Amino acid sequence: MQKQLLLGVEAIAQGAVDGGLSGVYAYPGTPSTEITEYIQENTLAEERNIHRLWSTNEKTAYETALGMSYAGKRAIVCMKHVGLNVAADAFMNSAIVGIKGGLIVTVADDPSMHSSQNEQDSRFYGRFAMIPVLEPSNQQEAYDMAYEGFQLSEKTGSPVMLRITTRLAHSRSGVERKEILDENKLSIPADHKQFVLLPAFARKKYRDLLQKQDELVRLSDESKYNDYIPGRDHSLGVITCGIGYNYFMENYTGKSCPFPVLKISQYPVPSALVKKMEDECDEILVIEEGYPLVEEMIKDFFGKGTPVHGRLDGALPRDGELNPDLVAKALDLSLPVGQSVPAVVVNRPPALCQGCGHQDVYAVMNEVMKDYGKGRVFSDIGCYTLGALPPYETISSCVDMGASITMAKGAADAGLTPSIAVIGDSTFTHSGMTGLLDVVNENTNITIFILDNESVSMTGGQDSAAYGKIESICAGIGVDPAHIRVVVPLKKNHEEMARIFREEIEYKGVSVVIPRRECLQRAARRKRNKK
Amino acid sequence: MKTDIILAGVGGQGILSIAATLGMAALADNLNIKQAETHGMSQRGGAVVSHMRISDKKIASDLIPLGKADIILSVEPMESLRYLPFLSETGYLVTNITSFINIPNYPDPEKVMEQIRKLPHYVAIDADQIAKEIGNARASNMVMLGAASPFTDIHFDKIRNGVKAIFEKKGEDVIDLNIRALEAGYEFSLQNK
Repeated sequence: MQKQLLLGVEAIAQGAVDGGLSGVYAYPGTPSTEITEYIQENTLAEERNIHRLWSTNEKTAYETALGMSYAGKRAIVCMKHVGLNVAADAFMNSAIVGIKGGLIVTVADDPSMHSSQNEQDSRFYGRFAMIPVLEPSNQQEAYDMAYEGFQLSEKTGSPVMLRITTRLAHSRSGVERKEILDENKLSIPADHKQFVLLPAFARKKYRDLLQKQDELVRLSDESKYNDYIPGRDHSLGVITCGIGYNYFMENYTGKSCPFPVLKISQYPVPSALVKKMEDECDEILVIEEGYPLVEEMIKDFFGKGTPVHGRLDGALPRDGELNPDLVAKALDLSLPVGQSVPAVVVNRPPALCQGCGHQDVYAVMNEVMKDYGKGRVFSDIGCYTLGALPPYETISSCVDMGASITMAKGAADAGLTPSIAVIGDSTFTHSGMTGLLDVVNENTNITIFILDNESVSMTGGQDSAAYGKIESICAGIGVDPAHIRVVVPLKKNHEEMARIFREEIEYKGVSVVIPRRECLQRAARRKRNKK
Repeated sequence: MKTDIILAGVGGQGILSIAATLGMAALADNLNIKQAETHGMSQRGGAVVSHMRISDKKIASDLIPLGKADIILSVEPMESLRYLPFLSETGYLVTNITSFINIPNYPDPEKVMEQIRKLPHYVAIDADQIAKEIGNARASNMVMLGAASPFTDIHFDKIRNGVKAIFEKKGEDVIDLNIRALEAGYEFSLQNK
């Protein structure tokens, strides 16, 4: 079979479909979005009617996937690293109840924060939950691990984490597919108490999970994804994790590597293999994309054991994405030096598209807020976060999904008037609705702007769960319908918008303003597809 | 053989269509490929880059090391200079000369061109104009791919087939237009390298 050219995320999607998937559950988030999008477009997924619609947030996605697993079928749930914070309650407890049908949780981390607010390393979550973690080093492994991950999950009775980082997610390479497997049949757990975490049951289940750990380590030591490659020079042993292996090997292109190398792509950390390296090498260098997880584990607290180098001692940078050059430096290899960047080159940061409705909202808001002063607009995660940058500089916060409404409430509770929240349509249904209920229950004096572009735009224009529902949700939660105002953010409506913004900011109570105009990119795509 | 290409531009300019076409050509030639793209936030008018690696041997890193790129292929002149540290001593910089100005502090375009002209190996091409003359400004990316083609180790016929494959569903007229754009870029480079 000819190889298919697939992005890392697409390889995961194809691997899951070929491996007998029955449902993908996800909320869009860079760099994980294309896994679900690929399955949405996939012919086999369509033929089999695999579940592939977006969920409202990562927690609902995770729990729904767990429900499918309960019913015996194979499910994959996909999210970006910070999405796992949202799903963490379901995730941690799913490790204790275990699974019925194979369950893979794919988490895409974003070291260097290309499109994220932090660079947390999901392998820590894997260790926290005490479940197997797979970390592919290339696109073929990404395919294989999604395909075989269901089997590993069913064999161990545990959810399996598939952890990737931005670079692999969005890098393309040739992938060879395997034989297409059947879906699992519908079946429910033989033990009707398996999923019941009443304390008495939970204590037993937790002890079961603890007991399983030795077996998981043994599986890691024997895993084909973990490889001990011998070397003649034992002055140094090199442990690579995931894509770190590639950056290391790049430095030995066309020649042989003198040092023993332990390539880790399955966790828990394979302890026999690490001990073997400790036995035979004088020092160890750990190359991992993300936080220094393995390095911290094997570094001796009292500093008496084998010296361990990596991100903690400065051999590699403490933060950010790795690359072949940083690894070369850690190995003291000499580097060819290209020309430096001429001074004439200036930064080109991302910006709102020309003609985007958010531009109109921020132009009016800046005018209105002049009367009140800076530092009163709390915002959220989405394209409109770019309103923090020039020329707008309207917003003063962006922390996590939904935090605009609740932070505005807290500031209002502290006495800040006016206190304003700016949130997007799909961020509102993701995590804003519960905060709005808090606000309504206390009739807090804040004004909430729900910027409705009828799309999840920053991630590429996916369907928004909020579509057509925002007014009824707000009214249902208890916002006075007289203070739910809809405007069309266009230049010609500037005066009307300014008037309505002022009226609602002056109103002493909860008000919601909904500037509504379809995302330009989504509109363009819709027109292209119609042709 | 090995060809390492840095593809550069601004989010929305469509550098990924160039990458996809080259990828198609390389795959049909049974070569190994790794191609890292920029998705997400930068696609909103920010600087975007793709590392494209093509080789008859196994490729380790998805990212090209500094000083190892054989070609910088840029659809925007200032963006071509942003990645100079990646260009090898013998490498070629191939750039479109039409500026994409979406920032208030964009430098004087003549100063940008001055820096490009200082390089030992470069091709500066007005791909937008050439594409317009052929019939559609949107084909300028194929002009750029054509302009970079002489510096790759992939036979030009294979790249031509890649263009055919990418535009297959769009009909004969679109294929024809893009092939002519590709060939015009190719000819320009042969005469101006």
